[in-house]
Amino acid sequence: MLTERKKAERTTAGGPRVPAAPPGPARRRRTGRPPAHRALTYAVLLVAVTATLLPFAWMFLGAFKTQGELLRRPITWWPEQPTLENFVVWFTELQIGTFFLNSVVVAVFTVLGNLLFCSMVGYALAKMDFPGKRFLFLLVMVMLMVPGVVTFVPLFVLISKLGMVSTYPALILPFLAAPMGVFLMRQFIAGIPDSLIEAARIDGAGELRTFLRIVMPLCGPPLATLGILTFLGSWNNFLWPLVVAQSEEMYTLPVALSLYSTGQNATDYGLLLAGSVLVITPIILLFVALQRYFIQGVAATGIK
Amino acid sequence: MAATTTTTSAGTSRGAGRGPARPGGSRRRRNAVTAWLFALPFVLIFGVFMLGPLVSSFVMSFTDFTSRDIENPLSVGFVGLDQYTALFRNPQFLHSVLNTAYFVLAGIPLTTVLALALAVALNSGITRFRTAFRVGFYTPVVTSIVAVAVVWRFILQPDGLLNVILGWVGIAGPDWLNSTTWSMPALIMLAVWRNLGTLMIIFLAGLQSVPGDILEAAQVDGANAWQRFMKITLPMLRPTLLLGTVLLSVGFLQFFEEPFVMTKGGPLDSTLSVSYFTFNQFGFGKYGLASAASYVLFIAIALLSLIQFRALRSKD
Repeated sequence: MLTERKKAERTTAGGPRVPAAPPGPARRRRTGRPPAHRALTYAVLLVAVTATLLPFAWMFLGAFKTQGELLRRPITWWPEQPTLENFVVWFTELQIGTFFLNSVVVAVFTVLGNLLFCSMVGYALAKMDFPGKRFLFLLVMVMLMVPGVVTFVPLFVLISKLGMVSTYPALILPFLAAPMGVFLMRQFIAGIPDSLIEAARIDGAGELRTFLRIVMPLCGPPLATLGILTFLGSWNNFLWPLVVAQSEEMYTLPVALSLYSTGQNATDYGLLLAGSVLVITPIILLFVALQRYFIQGVAATGIK
Repeated sequence: MAATTTTTSAGTSRGAGRGPARPGGSRRRRNAVTAWLFALPFVLIFGVFMLGPLVSSFVMSFTDFTSRDIENPLSVGFVGLDQYTALFRNPQFLHSVLNTAYFVLAGIPLTTVLALALAVALNSGITRFRTAFRVGFYTPVVTSIVAVAVVWRFILQPDGLLNVILGWVGIAGPDWLNSTTWSMPALIMLAVWRNLGTLMIIFLAGLQSVPGDILEAAQVDGANAWQRFMKITLPMLRPTLLLGTVLLSVGFLQFFEEPFVMTKGGPLDSTLSVSYFTFNQFGFGKYGLASAASYVLFIAIALLSLIQFRALRSKD
């Protein structure tokens, strides 16, 4: 607070000097770092990014190595006899197609549910008056802080009472409308001018029509953010699927990988590395293609 | 056009002229019904799968509910605070609290400092490959923890990649995952690696909102880069820093996947976290105790979030 005021003063104090200084470009150049600094910055970033990506490189290279090569010491970098054997086992013996399909089905329904339900309640919270509105919003905010581990025990009891253990609904229903999504959609819709909505109402459009024709078409950016974050969360979700997918044909990719990696295959590193490659490749491809939206989403919500 | 729009919105938004005629009460009630209809799908899912379990978990933590009671919930006995006293007498739980605290207290500062350094580097004078760097640092965030834990387990072997690299600089690395001393640092390393990107992006957004003219003015006044950073950038970044670190701590407090996939909580419970303890008690069928443990975690997270909101509000 104090510092901001001080800074403001300094800006005004510095103000009169601005016209005296040569315009834009020349000044900019003076504020730029000397080349030595810049080279150092690049070097530091390059080392850091290499260290960050090294485990991925190691994973991809290892997935093509034989078990013998993986266990041999000293370690080798490039696969000496590249093999697809590890991948073949996943596709032929371990039904990875089923796990992949499960992950896709769960993610797609979770995303669709969130896009629809979060924007509906977001619209109501942002643009309609109704009794209980403030309370509902408060509950949503409180729920944002609840760790998953708090609800999963009773949730499991509920799901088993309903006879839904190891079914798609068990994997999807609890995530169909996340409080984070409600918060995101409400904040965005609140920014849409009331006049647009009033105009539609005056023209005789009902709420549903106003929502579908006026509000939803304007919600592209937050829907994209929400869709991507939800997909990411669903694809990588682990604790709940681990608890509730109790038969092999209902495993999602991370569950399958974790159970194989701790079971009798625990030391078959080639197989596990190939499995990891198969789990993360789709999401990395998606990320690289849509990285701008991923990153905007994080910056906008501050939530992973 | 723009001017008219603003006036209309200001004039009518608060109920004064909702439509040409004002049918009054019934219209209001109909609006309320419509609003609740819009909220209905969410409210149902929220109530049944989130709020309900949250409340049940609270109630369960005061009972001796076990997996055998699923068939016949009426046989459950109310035990008051006994689950909580049992919890705080359980050496394994206390151990898990200490482990979680260790993880959070070491992991958060490390991640914050590194993320801030990288964000500042990316924000300074770098023009080329900026996107590539951002994508690179963010990649671990989008990948499944289970999948990357597999490769880390391999890297952290006694004669694995990390120790080979450490050997280049003359350090004899430990058997990371089988040592009670080094298992936690290894998991912290993994967590820092995985969460750096999130925090860096948040800090980068914060840095970009620091007005350049203030920095330039300071430079004209003779402040060097370090002074500008300490006296201007850092104070202006405070809310962002606070937000980022609190979000991260909330995530770190729920520490579960890393030990689950890497160490199974071992060796000798050295990486057993509170979440993991809860998960184990659930596995043993001790639902009451698991609920109590999860509520202790929830309270810790709620307190932290409360501190965050307080601190952010006092900033304004």
